[in-house]
This record gives sequence, C-alpha cells and structure tokens, in this order.
Amino acid sequence: MIVIVDYGMGNLGSVQNMFKKVGADCRISSEIAEIDRADKILLPGVGAFDVAMKKIADAGMLEILNKKALEEKIPIMGICLGMQLLTNGSEEGKLPGLGWIPGYARHFKERIESHLRVPHMGWNTVKLQQRSAILGGFEQEEEIRYYFVHSYFVCVDDEHNSLMKTSYGIEFDSAIIKDNIIGAQFHPEKSHRFGMKLFKNFAAL
Amino acid sequence: MEPSLTDQFLNTGVAKRIIPCLDVKDGRTVKGVNFVDLRDAGDPVELAWQYSKQDADELVFLDITATHEKRKTTIDMVKAVARNVNIPFTIGGGIHEIGDADILLNSGADKISINSAAVRNPGLIDELADAFGIQFVVVAIDTKYVDGKNYVHLNGGRIKTDILTEEWIKEAESRGAGEILLTSMDHDGTKNGFDCKLLRTVNQSLSIPIIASGGAGNQQHFVDVFLETQVDAALAASVFHYGEIRIPDLKGTLRAHGIEVR
Repeated sequence: MIVIVDYGMGNLGSVQNMFKKVGADCRISSEIAEIDRADKILLPGVGAFDVAMKKIADAGMLEILNKKALEEKIPIMGICLGMQLLTNGSEEGKLPGLGWIPGYARHFKERIESHLRVPHMGWNTVKLQQRSAILGGFEQEEEIRYYFVHSYFVCVDDEHNSLMKTSYGIEFDSAIIKDNIIGAQFHPEKSHRFGMKLFKNFAAL
Repeated sequence: MEPSLTDQFLNTGVAKRIIPCLDVKDGRTVKGVNFVDLRDAGDPVELAWQYSKQDADELVFLDITATHEKRKTTIDMVKAVARNVNIPFTIGGGIHEIGDADILLNSGADKISINSAAVRNPGLIDELADAFGIQFVVVAIDTKYVDGKNYVHLNGGRIKTDILTEEWIKEAESRGAGEILLTSMDHDGTKNGFDCKLLRTVNQSLSIPIIASGGAGNQQHFVDVFLETQVDAALAASVFHYGEIRIPDLKGTLRAHGIEVR
C-alpha cells in the first residue's frame, strides 16, 4: 500500500488517481498509524517550504517519517516541494528540511538571465544521470519531458545523488535519489506518459 | 556573436505549449466537436483524455454556465477531469472571489483564469496570487482594435471599456498574474492567423508567459506566432475540435521550423 501523506498542502487527488491508473494500491492519509503501515510513501507538496515543514511537525509526522525512511528504508518519493523537503533546507525558509538527501534549494532569480521567466513553468527536458530501478525502461527514450512549476531549484551536495538534471538558465537536479529515497522536482501526475511511467516504476519498487 | 532575442526565447529548454480550449456549459462541452473514436462528444473528460493522448500540452475549460445553481456540475466535471487526465488544465469562468478559486483548486484544477471579474475588481488578482501563488492565476483579456488603439472588452467582447490593453496587461502582471491569455477579438473566428503585431508589442514589455488566442486557421499560423512574437503558448478551439489540425502533425511542423515542442 502506497500512502500519500496528507499534511495539508495542495490537492492530492491527481496523484492518487495516477497511481490508480497504473494499478497501484494507494490511499491518502494523515493518520500516523496508517503511515506506519505503508510499504511505500509519497510526499507531495505545493506552497512554501517553512509552512510545509511546520505542518509536518505540527501533525506529529516527523518521527514516523524518519523511521520509515531511515530505519525501515521503504521507498519514499517526494514531489515538487516534497522533493525540496528531502534536502537540508531552502533559501525560501529558515526551518531545516528532512535532511535525508544532502542538498539545498535556491531561488532562480539573480542566478539566471533576466529574460528567463520565474517560476520555471512548462514542459522541460531531463537528462538521466544514473541507472536505477526507478528509471527502468527510460534508457531508450530519445527525449523525456516533464511538467515543471517552481521558483526554487535543488542542487545536491554529492553528484551520486543526482538522478536527473534539467537546464533552465542554470543546470539543476530535477530528480534526486539516495538509497530508498527519491525526489522529483517536476509533477509526474501532470506529465502524461513519462509521469505514469515513473509512478509505475515506483509502485513496482 | 550575441544570441538574438529570438534565439534566447526559443532555446529556454521549455517547450512551446499547444492548448486546446473547450467551452463548457452545465458540465458538458458545447460547440461541435468532430472527433473520431469518441463515444460521447459532449463529455469533457473523454475529450480531455483524447487531447492528452494527442500530446496537447495543457487544456483550458471555459465555463459558460449561466447560473450559480448549476456551478456544482462544473465542480464535478473538474474533479472528473483531474481524476482522469494527467496534463495541466485551467478553468475559466464564474470566478469572482477567493472561495470560487479555492473550490476549483481543491477539485484538482491546476490554474484558474479570470477575465471580466478582474477588470471589475483588479484587487482579485492580488488576492488570488497571495492565496495560491502566481502560477495559479491566469488573467484572460479580450481585446479589440478601436480607432487606432487596443481596448479591453468584457463579457466575451460584447462590452467595450476605456482601458487600454497594454496598460491592463502591465497592471495584471504587477498585481500577480502568472500568465496572460490574450484573445484578439478582431482575429477570433477569422482563421486568418494570430494577431502577431499586437502580441509582439505586448510581449516585449512582459516578463510572465503569454498565451496567444484567436485566429488560428492552419499550421503555419502557429509557426508564425511562435517565430514572430516569442509567445509561450498558443490556444485554439475549432481547428482542433473539427480535426482540421491534428496536434501531432502540428508539433511536427513546429519542430521542423526549429521551434522547441514536446
């Protein structure tokens, strides 16, 4: 059972429905007990970094998430802001992130040429950085595009944790991985067939 | 050599978007749709699914439902689209306050589009951007050329205002619009091409994406609008609904002209 963690940020229906479409058993929940029973976890997120971290803490979820991620080592995927939360922190906020994958989120403004619009929004390409079960079947694809909407971008400290890279004025890590923990800056649930493929692979991990 | 402005805008990495627009009334699509393999041409979910299969990059639903009481059917439609279609979509029409947008967001809409309501109450743009982020807020503008100037029109172009289109675009951006959907009433329905002159003028002063709308009749019109104006997206209705332009063919043509598409 995949549990989509509901900590009060954003609409989770699309994520759930795309998992259903690929035949995965999944449920949206904010119950600690249910998160504890999960064999996979999806951490969504839309909005501001500190608000999200605070909501997770206020919901009493930090402990269970750490246990699932670091002790049980079940597959966990963070999406969009949910990926940024996996890192050490963000320029957007003051609170530390979950710290599961060393890295940091920074704002595009001032770091890219001024003619490039922020947020980075639309369908951009990704370059695969390593072989991994989550990318099974991607190797033979000529061009892979995902749908992005974000103003902060993540760079990991250790290149071994880079799963995909994307360029938008600057090259950043559009997907990250460390052991059982995966992050995607783009929205797989809005990214048509490549999104479904990623979800399908995640469900099969 | 310095890259030209055109090169810069064409090579951002982000694909130019092709957006079919669907008119919805009481939760059903209206206007003729002539698709093969469609069990029910009025079903927005099925139509949206077909378009996503054809590699449309995004969808816009314009809700022309007249009454407040019928709004629930639209919400149900938004939920059904969100459940079944995995490309981003925008809902326009019937959004007058934060609450309207909130329901749509929670039903699964990725963006909302406001038009006359924003002109009548510009503060609505600020409120929506503050509450949901600028990426959620599309400001749609109907513009018409009158006595040498472009004026904002309301209610689907029926009512002229004294507001100059260029001024209104700037104001919308400064208040927190994330995108501008600009429909040229002079070109809409003519199938003679997008209003490249207007789009070029307004795009120069804009730092948010602009969606060109009105006038698409053939594939070359899309090539022209992307090469001549550097808009980020082009929207059309009937040429897609009647199968006059197939999106995969259109993408192939755009690609052949060096335009980055998905």
